[in-house]
Amino acid sequence: MSRWEVLSPGVQTTVQDQGRTGWRHLGVARAGALDPSALALANRLVGNAESCAGLEIVLQGPRLRLPRPSLIALVGAHVQASWNDLPLPMGRPIHVPAGELKLGAVRDGARAWLAMTGGMDVAPTLGSRSTDLRGGFGGHEGRALRAGDLLPAGSAGAATAQPRFPTWWIDPDDPWTVDRHVLRYVPLHHAAASALGTQRWRVHPNSNRQGLRLDGAPLEAQDGSGISEPVAVGTLQLPPDGQPILLLADAQTVGGYPRLGHVIACDLGRAAQLRPGESVHFEPIDLRQARALALGYQHRLARLRLAIAQRL
Amino acid sequence: MSGPLIELLGDDALLLRFGDGIDGATNQRVHALALHLRRLAPAWLRDLVPAYASLGVFFDSAYMPGEDPREVIAQAVAGWSDPPSPLENAMPTLHEIPVCYGAGFGEDLAVAARELGLAEAELIARHSAPRYRVAMIGFAPGFPYLLGLDPALALPRLATPRARVPAGSVAVGGAQTGIYPHASPGGWRLLGRTPLVLFDARRDAPSLLLPGDEVRFVPIDAQAFAALAGAA
Repeated sequence: MSRWEVLSPGVQTTVQDQGRTGWRHLGVARAGALDPSALALANRLVGNAESCAGLEIVLQGPRLRLPRPSLIALVGAHVQASWNDLPLPMGRPIHVPAGELKLGAVRDGARAWLAMTGGMDVAPTLGSRSTDLRGGFGGHEGRALRAGDLLPAGSAGAATAQPRFPTWWIDPDDPWTVDRHVLRYVPLHHAAASALGTQRWRVHPNSNRQGLRLDGAPLEAQDGSGISEPVAVGTLQLPPDGQPILLLADAQTVGGYPRLGHVIACDLGRAAQLRPGESVHFEPIDLRQARALALGYQHRLARLRLAIAQRL
Repeated sequence: MSGPLIELLGDDALLLRFGDGIDGATNQRVHALALHLRRLAPAWLRDLVPAYASLGVFFDSAYMPGEDPREVIAQAVAGWSDPPSPLENAMPTLHEIPVCYGAGFGEDLAVAARELGLAEAELIARHSAPRYRVAMIGFAPGFPYLLGLDPALALPRLATPRARVPAGSVAVGGAQTGIYPHASPGGWRLLGRTPLVLFDARRDAPSLLLPGDEVRFVPIDAQAFAALAGAA
């Protein structure tokens, strides 16, 4: 094993994998990468199982000292990444020598995922290596990274004098829905459910891994909150102030606010890329369309996996 | 009785709704149906999340290809007898939870007793008398919402929630009572504290309580609290 040293932690860098399933009845959130497919593909690029843990970075990434060479891959929004000041590209396997790996500003989105050969080998908690920030467990000591942390980063890669990477890359963005400011949702029978789609919303700065808070002309909300009901990742809630919340991976498991519907799973990766202050539009679709889109997304991922397997 | 209404919750989840109120009979039906589905153990089932009057059913659609999840789940529910047979109302596990009430453990006890027009001892006696049911677990990992509070003990939540409620705090919020598993912000009124660890992600059974279990509070003194806390 190779201990990576965190020189500077970035805005909020966390260890994540595909998240926890089967514990929601005990109030345990899914956690995991906000775009599980992006992390899964990054893992594929370095030859890992898709279930391996990596690092999720947001807005500004960490500086890391690698004591040994490694094989890494970055998938997600564009990161200004470099090794000892040599720039590193997105979407492909990169052999890096020992040295300083710098993950700088994130552009054209908010988040990216870093996979390394062997994965981030922290001890699993409740079947997952993901960090549960609210519960304070999982990942690296149940919290975001801090300067001085030593991370158990999988196995060492092949020796190399300079960063080496192929000329090909993968681009997980769907060319047919390149606009990451549109999220598709299946509305419920709430009076405000269709009104959600009739205006542009702004992403509130108070948004985090629990939820994307939306700011706009208030929707008509009913008085008081109802009794608590189960909620899911992707649930759209309407608090009494009329400003909807899109629940993300760290959201609690039950909630009392009325539900407007849910954003389809294959669009949640795009929701993870919205920056505070950016505008977002919600497009209502029916269940049939939702299932067709989910199927198309699965096919697209399958083609990407195949493309990676053929190149490696 | 009519079966539950089925609502969409997500791409991989449905909500089965029995009503929209907080009452023991409705919650009993929720847990009975959860037990039925758990015993059925279909390959697609990933999690069952009971709440007061509804049940979240999380599934893996890869195990129901080409079929409408609503139909698959409606079919699974159709085999359930409602009102539940005695078998589906299996004896719930009863947990005795030691609680040190009042000064130093439940900051709000004295004020709450005054507001309710009860002596502190009377408030403690009435709070520790019922067999509560764990209606659901949520808010935080391991946080039990307990059904069965004496209606005379209902207390409004704090106008401004506390920034930090100590772990193990036993509290009343409106007509509900519950236990804070970890130190966290919270607006419920604190009557006492248990030395038991309600939730530990590193345990094989992380949560002391499961949805549908029963709970009785057993008043203890500060000395017993210290002894139990030391042993934990």
